[in-house]
Amino acid sequence: MRKTADVVIIGGGSLGCSTAYNLARFGVDKIVVLEKGYICGGSTGRCAAGIRQQWGTEMNCLISRYSIKHFEVMNEELAYDGDVEFIQNGYMMVTYSDAEAAMLKNNLILHKKLGIPVQFLSIEDVKEIVPAINTERIVASTICMEDGQANPFKVTDAYFRAAERMGVEFNTYTEVTGFQVQGGRIEKVITNQGEISAPVVINATGPYAKFISQMLGHELPVEPERHQIVVTEPLEPFLKPMLVNFHHKTYCQQVVNGSMLIGFGDADEPKGINYNCSWQFLKNLSEKIIEQIPIMKNVNIIRQWAGHYGISPDGQPVLGPVPEVEGYFLALGCGKGFMLSPMIGELIAQCVTGRETTLPIDILSIDRFKKGELIVEPAVV
Amino acid sequence: MSEKTIICRCEDLSVEEIRDWIDKGYRSFDEIKRISRIGMGACQGRTCRRHLVMELARASGKDPSEIDLATFRPPTKPINFGAIAGVDQDA
Ligand SMILES: Cc1cc2nc3c(=O)[nH]c(=O)nc-3n(C[C@H](O)[C@H](O)[C@H](O)COP(=O)(O)OP(=O)(O)OC[C@H]3O[C@@H](n4cnc5c(N)ncnc54)[C@H](O)[C@@H]3O)c2cc1C
Repeated sequence: MRKTADVVIIGGGSLGCSTAYNLARFGVDKIVVLEKGYICGGSTGRCAAGIRQQWGTEMNCLISRYSIKHFEVMNEELAYDGDVEFIQNGYMMVTYSDAEAAMLKNNLILHKKLGIPVQFLSIEDVKEIVPAINTERIVASTICMEDGQANPFKVTDAYFRAAERMGVEFNTYTEVTGFQVQGGRIEKVITNQGEISAPVVINATGPYAKFISQMLGHELPVEPERHQIVVTEPLEPFLKPMLVNFHHKTYCQQVVNGSMLIGFGDADEPKGINYNCSWQFLKNLSEKIIEQIPIMKNVNIIRQWAGHYGISPDGQPVLGPVPEVEGYFLALGCGKGFMLSPMIGELIAQCVTGRETTLPIDILSIDRFKKGELIVEPAVV
Repeated sequence: MSEKTIICRCEDLSVEEIRDWIDKGYRSFDEIKRISRIGMGACQGRTCRRHLVMELARASGKDPSEIDLATFRPPTKPINFGAIAGVDQDA
């Protein structure tokens, strides 16, 4: 491990690897990534890997819109010798209530303004696109055919390999345990494998971000929240778009090999790190999915697992410098870090190197919580 | 076992492919599982698990008992949504 670096990135998930690549692209010389486990072993390797622009806040829409432009050319951009498996089969949003239908309508106005091609669907349209869906309770539905999915292991691997080729040093099984701070400024990062001097540290630890902040005496209101998910046996293709149901808070997606990935956000989930699986989740999920797609009752589940979102108070990313600690930056995707990783990496690299940022990331700075400038993302599951 | 022998039948992976990933620097069970999909299929690694452990042990010079396995997760055997929700399934 290097003894000194220009920038240390903590976390080897999609965000840490994308940030490393983008910093290298901007010519930063000594970049070191510290990862307590292995590359993509955190939330990124546990996520559903859906990629959508149909959000309810301008920044979430824009960061994902710009990110999709990168996903579309990612194999070439990163000169990857594999395939990141980016597919644009769309996201279909469905609601059972008038209130949620109003939210979809509001979002649609925003999408039109930003040039995101989202359409309202009639019940007949829904049936035509996915004949297996039970449309009985559906009040409104939208679709965006540019949305889709990618392979999270391959995306992270592509960023990791591109960054490594450009000279970034990756240290796996290296856990950050503390810092040396002098006069409000970061001087050293302390790990279980030794120390490293660096003037700039980027926290890209996803759900663990608040623990890194704690080591710096900084209070970060981003909480880890467990999210469970299941995968089924492979089926003949029958569900093209990712299906998001706001009533059930579920998402359901058929992936490349035919398996279904299905999960939901549990409003009662306590905050904290917890990798256990629960039977209650499986039972609730089964009821929710059978109501939506009745044929699913015959489908076998082969695995259930758990990962985490890092949840910010308004459901949007937290990006940029922390004013209280000089040299300390946040790169936190907050529940949608995978799909936003191409652009968050670029924006953070621009911010750290003093460049003009492609999008106005000040809006997403940590300051907004103190100032009370929250813009709450309504379209989450 | 030849290089072409399939060691993960669900995901159709040969010994050669697994050795390639090991050569590229993927050194733990979990890392190889995530990048290659070995053990992610319907049988959840019932056959390939042992073979992958042997390959990892060989590459690292460790004893197979020192190789960490991927986490075992529910369900132990595939089970359908209908059985869990308590609704009738089609025959
Ligand atoms: C079930 C589920 C479904 C999801 N679905 C989607 C989806 O469809 N689309 C989407 O975009 N997002 C989804 N997400 C969210 C997504 O997984 C995360 O937002 C994203 O992966 C975060 O990436 P990251 O790089 O910030 O964090 P991670 O991938 O978690 O990486 C952080 C890394 O930091 C390391 N680390 C932590 N502490 C330390 C330390 N002290 N020292 C060194 N290293 C440390 C960890 O080991 C980890 O590898 C889902 C999440 C879950 C759990």
